[in-house]
Amino acid sequence: MSTLALVGYFEPWWVQVIKAIVVFAVGLQLVPLVLIAERKLLGRFQGRYGPNRVGPYGMLQPLADILKLLTKEQFRPRTSAGLLYALAPMISIMTAVAAFGLIPFGDVQDIFGTKVGLYGVDVSIGPLYLFAFGAIAFYGIMLGGWSSGSKYSFLGAMRGAAQLISYEVSQGLALVGVIITAQTLSLTGIVRAQAGMWYLVPQLAGFLIFLTASFAETNRAPFDLTEADAELVGGYNTEYGGGRFASYYFAEYLNVVVVSGIVTTVFLGGWLLPFGVHPPGWVDPFIVLFKMSLITFLFIWVRATLPRLRYDQLMSFGWRILLPLATLNALVTAIVVVATH
Amino acid sequence: MPAPHDAQPAAGGSGEARATGSTEVPRAGAGAGGARDQGAAGGSSSWDPGGDVIEVLRAPAPGPAKGTWRTFVETLRGLGTVFGRFLEPKVTIEYPEEKTAVYPRFRGRHKLHRFEDTGLEKCVGCSLCAAACPADCIRVVAAENTPEHRVSPGERYAAVYEINMSRCIFCGYCEIACPFDAITMGHDYELSDYDRTDLIFTKEMLLAEPLERTPLRNEGE
Repeated sequence: MSTLALVGYFEPWWVQVIKAIVVFAVGLQLVPLVLIAERKLLGRFQGRYGPNRVGPYGMLQPLADILKLLTKEQFRPRTSAGLLYALAPMISIMTAVAAFGLIPFGDVQDIFGTKVGLYGVDVSIGPLYLFAFGAIAFYGIMLGGWSSGSKYSFLGAMRGAAQLISYEVSQGLALVGVIITAQTLSLTGIVRAQAGMWYLVPQLAGFLIFLTASFAETNRAPFDLTEADAELVGGYNTEYGGGRFASYYFAEYLNVVVVSGIVTTVFLGGWLLPFGVHPPGWVDPFIVLFKMSLITFLFIWVRATLPRLRYDQLMSFGWRILLPLATLNALVTAIVVVATH
Repeated sequence: MPAPHDAQPAAGGSGEARATGSTEVPRAGAGAGGARDQGAAGGSSSWDPGGDVIEVLRAPAPGPAKGTWRTFVETLRGLGTVFGRFLEPKVTIEYPEEKTAVYPRFRGRHKLHRFEDTGLEKCVGCSLCAAACPADCIRVVAAENTPEHRVSPGERYAAVYEINMSRCIFCGYCEIACPFDAITMGHDYELSDYDRTDLIFTKEMLLAEPLERTPLRNEGE
């Protein structure tokens, strides 16, 4: 059997197990933080407090929300397709966590004599892996919408499908410029290649295109057409309730975290600090988390600012503006790289 | 023709093409009567909307440069505006702890009054308030004052005075009808309860001072 992908650094099996648990646990903790941050910040952007009743400063609000959802009945519409209906949220959450495992939080560190890479896994096909799981995540939405047996769910899922396919192309092409410049597909390799200068500067166009496409990929405002409440009740998750809805919700916000992580890794230099500052290794994850929180803040800020696009505007923006720009960006980068080497 | 402030005249633009594209509909600028005559003479079977047609003024479609400007620069301006709101103070009134201040003429829960010097009730049980009430929520049963048992300075007093707060519409007609200013609209607006019967306020409840004073605000605020 041929090797599908090389893994950048091999660790003992027990380190891998611990890392898998840590990645899942950290991801699980980040989502409630994003939830409360979003509601708090949206409140501040609109001149109000946001949740401030549950716990100190309303910090336990996501806990209350999740507990409420998990204690609700796991109902199922009579028209739904049983197994797929239960499976779809699981696909969504699994792919989100799988993508999260790829984000590097730091370089290989020496922890008590064991060399440990501060990431879930460092594969030699990083972006391809991410896009593969992004494509599977779309099954979560599509199956969920279809198997609910409801027209609103189905319409939401169809919109989601069209949107994800349209914007995945631009997203991928925006990354091509970075990959050409870094000459590696490993995410840690891309971070190390940014030691001189973050790709934010030479790949500014790529950064903007990737960010815009990411808003669409995560179904966030202004591209949240899959859950346009005014037209579709709730989008693909209309018929879901209780824990299954919580899974969808969780996957949605974990996708925001994952995209923030990818932007941090690919364009903002990962764990690197500017001006040649080299902090000790244990600071690296905090640098990454800080940069990720900045991008998440941007996500929420944009949500508070921009109104939802009309469907034809979404499609024409994706195919007629973003895709040519992304192609041009990849082409120009390729020419520049060939000319300078 | 008056145009919106920011709308530039279409240079051979789409607005012209849109107007001429629909040949069946007469232009609003042309005489509506003339168009109707023309339609009749031509024997056209299509419905003539006559003078109901109005021309919609549209800004010219943005070109590539202006479209890009709008997409990015105007978006950045919007982001800046939203961030400005982030720095401003919050406008929330945290209700149970902090109550909305009402104006002095706010019509809240009714109050019955006593004379301050003698302590006698102002109400003489005339039932004019009940007669004025459009929601029919006031019930008055009058009784005779006796020298031993004097409640009001008049001939009679209200032995029963009940207001059903679940029916009251807070119009203030009772206050206007009252010849002795015995009933006025107070400032309390927290009138929720768990039982409908608890919302029938008796004379003792209406005469008593509210447990908590509602904050007042001045006319200028």
